Amino acid sequence: MAETPKPSAQATIEWPPAGRRQLIGQRISRLDGPAKASGRAKYSYDVNRPGMLHAKLVFSTQARARITAIDTSAAEKMPGVRAIHLILQPGAEVRWVGQEILALAAETEEQARDAARAVKISYEPLPHLVADVPPEQAGTERVQQLREQTEGDPDTGFQQADVIVEGEYGCPVITHCCLESHGQVAEWNENNLTVWASTQNVSGLAPQFAQGLQTAGISVQASQVRVLTPVMGGGFGSKFAADTWGVACAALAHKAGRPVKLMLERDQELLAAGGRPSMYARVRVGAKRDGTLTAWHSESWGTGGPATAGTPNLPYVIGAARNPLLPKRSRHTAVFTNIGPARAWRAPNHPQMCLITMCALDDLAAKLQMDPLDFFLKNLQYTERPEVYREELLKAADLIGWRQKWRPREEALRAKGPVKRGLGLSLHTWGGRGHNSNCQTTIHPDGSVEVAIGSQDLGTGTRTVIGIVAAETLGLPLEAVTVKIGSNEYPPSGASGGSTTVGGVSSATREAATNALNQLLAKVAPALGVPAEQLEARDGRIQVKGDPSRHLPWKQACARLGTTPITASGQTQASLISSGVGGVQMAEVTVDVETGIVRVEKMVAVQDCGLIIDLKTAESQCYGAMIMGICYALYEEKIMDQLTGRCLNPDMEFYKLAGIGDIGELVVHMMTGPGYDERGVIGLGEPPVISPGAALSNAVANAIGVRVPHLPLTPDRVLAALEAKGGAV
Amino acid sequence: MQAFEYAEPKTLKEALGLLSARWGETEILAGGTDLLSLMKNYVVTPKRVVNLKSIAELRGVAETSEGLRIGALTTVQELLEDRRLARFPALIVAAQGITSPQIRNMGTVGGDLCQRPRCWYFRNGFGLLARDAQGRALVPEGDNRYHAILGNDGPAYFVSASSFGPPLIALGAQVRIAGPNGTREMPLSEFFVIPKNEGEREIALRPNEILTDVILPAAASELRNTTYEVRQREFLDWPLATASVALELGEGKVRRASIVLGHVAPVPWQARAAAALLEGKVLTEDLAAQAGEQAVAAAKPLSKNRYKVQLARVAVKRALLAAAQGGA
Amino acid sequence: MAEQPKREKTPRGGGNGLSRRDFLKGTGAAVSAGVLVTEDLLRAQAQRTSPVVGPGPVTITLRINGQTRQLTVEPRTTLLDALRNHLDLTGAKKVCDRGTCGACTVHLDGRAIYACTMLAIDAARGQEITTIEGLAPQEQLHPVSAAFVEHDAQQCGFCTPGFVMAAVAYLRENPNPTYEQVTHALGGNLCRCGTYMGVRHAMVEAALRGKGGRS
Repeated sequence: MAETPKPSAQATIEWPPAGRRQLIGQRISRLDGPAKASGRAKYSYDVNRPGMLHAKLVFSTQARARITAIDTSAAEKMPGVRAIHLILQPGAEVRWVGQEILALAAETEEQARDAARAVKISYEPLPHLVADVPPEQAGTERVQQLREQTEGDPDTGFQQADVIVEGEYGCPVITHCCLESHGQVAEWNENNLTVWASTQNVSGLAPQFAQGLQTAGISVQASQVRVLTPVMGGGFGSKFAADTWGVACAALAHKAGRPVKLMLERDQELLAAGGRPSMYARVRVGAKRDGTLTAWHSESWGTGGPATAGTPNLPYVIGAARNPLLPKRSRHTAVFTNIGPARAWRAPNHPQMCLITMCALDDLAAKLQMDPLDFFLKNLQYTERPEVYREELLKAADLIGWRQKWRPREEALRAKGPVKRGLGLSLHTWGGRGHNSNCQTTIHPDGSVEVAIGSQDLGTGTRTVIGIVAAETLGLPLEAVTVKIGSNEYPPSGASGGSTTVGGVSSATREAATNALNQLLAKVAPALGVPAEQLEARDGRIQVKGDPSRHLPWKQACARLGTTPITASGQTQASLISSGVGGVQMAEVTVDVETGIVRVEKMVAVQDCGLIIDLKTAESQCYGAMIMGICYALYEEKIMDQLTGRCLNPDMEFYKLAGIGDIGELVVHMMTGPGYDERGVIGLGEPPVISPGAALSNAVANAIGVRVPHLPLTPDRVLAALEAKGGAV
Repeated sequence: MQAFEYAEPKTLKEALGLLSARWGETEILAGGTDLLSLMKNYVVTPKRVVNLKSIAELRGVAETSEGLRIGALTTVQELLEDRRLARFPALIVAAQGITSPQIRNMGTVGGDLCQRPRCWYFRNGFGLLARDAQGRALVPEGDNRYHAILGNDGPAYFVSASSFGPPLIALGAQVRIAGPNGTREMPLSEFFVIPKNEGEREIALRPNEILTDVILPAAASELRNTTYEVRQREFLDWPLATASVALELGEGKVRRASIVLGHVAPVPWQARAAAALLEGKVLTEDLAAQAGEQAVAAAKPLSKNRYKVQLARVAVKRALLAAAQGGA
Repeated sequence: MAEQPKREKTPRGGGNGLSRRDFLKGTGAAVSAGVLVTEDLLRAQAQRTSPVVGPGPVTITLRINGQTRQLTVEPRTTLLDALRNHLDLTGAKKVCDRGTCGACTVHLDGRAIYACTMLAIDAARGQEITTIEGLAPQEQLHPVSAAFVEHDAQQCGFCTPGFVMAAVAYLRENPNPTYEQVTHALGGNLCRCGTYMGVRHAMVEAALRGKGGRS
């Protein structure tokens, strides 16, 4: 997804300089806000088509088994049933509870559910492992060592260390829990298929549907598949694919000759449509008395269910620099389990790597009796962006009052009463280079403007960003621009993953709008009596540069087009975007050492992401990411039962998310201005979700004087850590 | 949800006539906040659902000669808004502990007392006693982090989910139950039972009976009482342990005490020895801590819920201290 | 409580679904939307004798957003499914479907409830149902919705209608809440994108401007 875009032929496209920007960088309300906040926005889940059937999935109740028979005879006879589609055939092996086996469609949702229950699947059970165990407990057939890497001479590094700490850190499998579950409505019109899909990949789904349907014996070309996603209810990395249920939905619609809606029920959503791999590590890390790191060693493992789920690169951020090199050795082992499949989860692997690294370093700082702020500042030379992190650390420290509030672990614990207070910090990084995106901008003779991109808005503000860039470029108010996204009939754009969207769509829009404007200026130039190069679009008019009294209002200028609109295209501009951001988060918590309950008091995020297009939605990304981070730091865990192989909490009752009362006070500071803006646009969706786990874990360790090794930081884990240490006080 | 017949009787008598004498055939719909989920998960699959909402006599709070009568269909929100109940912080704190306004608007007092346990094995279809097809008990070997630490000698390991059970028992409440042969009354403490066999319920209600009223004895309003709940999240979260206490004080000393724990046993758990410990003594922080210790002395934690012993201990201590200081 | 059932009992067909299937085929299951109640129907309802209906489809009448809507659903159909699948009122979202997230929040006689956790037939006892579609006329924005837009109290927006409905119900009863209280008012709603900061600010602003109660 993050391929490097080719430089465009027109290399002169630039962002307007700071003093000239009218919309870019302001706090602007999202364009689809009114539709969403009034309930009028139609999500895929909300699409009701005439004659539409409702489909349900039948999924595996076994963690691992061979399907010996699928008996649909009773279901076929159930009232209202119109079509059945097998996803797996008898003989297939299922590898997790929740794996899709078949789908069926009926007149009503209730009938579809009844019929799904009437399907009889026979299994031959096979041994399963759903417990999230270290490799040595998993059995050799279930582990694969993915990596052993040594850089520099860690053995010598450890010999040079004055202080060494060893510890274990990690976090379990969690799920995406998109509020709009995965799914779609499919409708055929002769040989053409329309899919209203809840997807992060509007432009990329059609070939997947064509291919999937081919396997189901239905011939359709990608060009005949229309994908529509005007709005979507959350993806977080889990919605790139057509998925078996997408193909099944289209196949059912084909069979029944009726539109079909198939949205996953909540349990299916949590069992099969999300999953962030677990990661644990035993870490050894050493430093000199003054805090300078000398060596790192880690043995990590984790499960992404049935497949490997990426190899971590440890240590994270600190130790990433080539020069100076922190001597390091790391080994990672994948454990294969029947816990369910993994999907990319916002900043894949980074929150886990961050947790392991920042917690180990925080423990080292504690052993050195150093303030972690000083310790991290001391070791910034091992990062790739020392100056940025220094600036961000100091800013965050200022915002949370670190210097006034921070106390060493023992001292924090000696505070009166059962409620102890602690501070923690963490650093993170992400790439975020824009993906390949195409944009078409059309200026109509009546002055109206359309911008079309085959992208999608996950709630990040993509639609608004496109509108802002087009309006800025054309010198128009935001309302004057109609943004068209959420359809693969618009120019193709990359999937929205890896924080690649904003760079792609903003730079492509900048080019397309500039090209369209240049055509308009050429048409208007004779009327104003100057060459087109001397004209500019500003404040709703076309005017002579340096002499705004000579101008044409926008509408009059566009009227010169006669009857033919101008249309121009643009694509991702390497010169307008960049990659690589830093970020610092600090957390202040209170911990009741008698109950083990952790409360977030305050969190601060300081984040850079180059040139910010919309400060309001950028800040929202950071607030949201911190809250998502609080969720996985304190509450989230896919809880499995080894005996039955079941997931015990595929619901929103015991799969816990933070509520509005659990988040404390959140502060966001975006790094902008000189040194940041000129880097161009960089994505922001992932980075701020990386640090919260580590920052909160470190704050809890600071409050209670001992590390709680694993997330989430639940009362049982907190009390166990305190007990292992020998009690609260 | 399996299809069912539906009835909406206007009178208690009519309602009783619609109920089956066998569990599983008919279900009573009050607030519905538990029943609908149970039916959606196919944990219960009644042939008929009898909606009590149109029976006016089941609603509301009234002062009577025997005390305060709370109709079973009174919603949690109505309870919170009734000033006469302000004397019972034990109950009010528990009602506030139902943190979703939507659930407070829908859920009823009777529904709270009759709701089924949240045990995830039960809700996943393994039965109230949570056994698999081979008869293996799933809870002791499985994930029992939210299960019972008391009253779990077997075969029941779930915890009572009732919010109002513990405070109402601490306050000495009675319940009135209507059945085909008239009404009966019993102390609420006897309403909750620990099932011994699969198929038995965790309450003393018979399938063709309706819980109609809760009666708070007049004397209860003289008691210093409150509830302390330990809950991980602020909202939309079940407590991990609660303690409801009611104290009769005289001359600075505890004359009589009642301590009832919630979410730690298959029934609201009366810590009688802990209560007895307080009698005749001045309630100090040390004494409260001792009572907390005594309340969990018999606890038998399972593999993953030892932390709940500590939570129950602390809940008792904190509830006692809060009550002694004058309520919530 | 308002007047008693306006509901017609359909013949008990043993739930074979045949007649219903034909009915649905004719009208399209998704949008078998309501028609106004006729005098005939009201008369038929008054004559109802048997107290037991279902398990097959039953014609019920809901009072929604100031209108009277008649629809045919099984007794097991939830209010949420009736709104979304039968009346095309999709502002209330289906997320947890178990009364634990608040995305389906609507008002019943002015009070916030979970539509996923109430049977449609139970909501047909004369109560006034308000969905987010009924908060403000088309093309207009309820002040609370407007405050949500202004404070970016939404990202993907799927939880947002539920938050707005919970907020409106609360502010109508409590026009002058504290910062702490607005948090408690929304204790029955969950968001995955993490919009709580915006939601808090939106609530406080809506309250400060005294707009919450009006619509």
